[in-house]
Amino acid sequence: MAKIQIIAIATSLLFLLYIVRLIIKGKLREEYSIVWIVCTVVLILFSFWRDGLEIMANLLGVYEAPNLIFTGAIFAIFIYLLHLSVVVSKLQSQNKQLAQDIAMLKEKMEKKS
Amino acid sequence: MKRIAAVVPAYNEEKAIAAVVADINSAPLPAGYSITAVVVNDCSKDSTSEVISKLNCIALNLPINLGIGGAVQTGFKYAFENGFDFAIQIDGDGQHPASEIRKLVNHAIEHNYDVVIGSRFISKEGFQSSALRRFGINYFKWLNRFLVGVTITDSTSGFRLINRKVLEVVNDYYPDEYPEPEAIILYSLNHFKTGEVQVQMKERQGGVSSIGAFSSIYYMFKVSLAIFYTFIRIKFKK
Repeated sequence: MAKIQIIAIATSLLFLLYIVRLIIKGKLREEYSIVWIVCTVVLILFSFWRDGLEIMANLLGVYEAPNLIFTGAIFAIFIYLLHLSVVVSKLQSQNKQLAQDIAMLKEKMEKKS
Repeated sequence: MKRIAAVVPAYNEEKAIAAVVADINSAPLPAGYSITAVVVNDCSKDSTSEVISKLNCIALNLPINLGIGGAVQTGFKYAFENGFDFAIQIDGDGQHPASEIRKLVNHAIEHNYDVVIGSRFISKEGFQSSALRRFGINYFKWLNRFLVGVTITDSTSGFRLINRKVLEVVNDYYPDEYPEPEAIILYSLNHFKTGEVQVQMKERQGGVSSIGAFSSIYYMFKVSLAIFYTFIRIKFKK
């Protein structure tokens, strides 16, 4: 096993541990953790299976194997960013709803007292 | 007795707001109509909330800043939940003279309109706004005519009257940022009869416009997009 392989595996495992810790502490919701866990598993898989990248690249007709990593990673990042934008938009509209309800409830309370 | 809610969005309007509310409370109205000022304080940084709590009006204090659209919608929601028959939007900076409210109400009754917009441009009287703003207004006039076939000469005017049918729709959805031109599309696509009446506006008494010089381009772009999306959303729902 090459040195870089050991480093990659160790880093990926640490990353996975950190994600699990975040979930346990309640700082990361399970639905957002799925994508991170999948990414880490893929990283670990390719750390063990060194020829895997070459084989996948050949299979997909990519001449330079590292380009497959960049293409795949950037695509995944875009999708995840889009997902986060959707989440933020939803939060914003819920936030607005809450603020409006609070304003009306406060007014009702002050009228009573 | 028909009840009108005068929705006044206010952001940092401590100086102008008292006069605006007093103006609304003493506004001449057609017989059988009453008006209540509903001031929505959009989390102002100045003393607007203390000022309005002492005025003869309904004071709604938002805990966070929502922007003009969210603030106006809060007033509409209040009007809808409390059984008002009409709501009229009046800016908190004193641009919209309350003496013109009667004109909007009469116009709605006479022509059976669901929405009546107070326009500065049907005949050119009173404060006419800057050249850049007028260019924007012309652009939206063209866009409205193109998309929904209604000609609105002053689509950025916030001075508008809506009836209860419209309140029910805006209770669910009202645009957030720069809502005026987009709301017109929303109304037309919901088959509300929209009309315009000439009103005289004053130059703002205090505060700053929600549209700064730098953000004009962003404004046009953002509103065009929003109008386009609203158009698609409603067209394809049916």
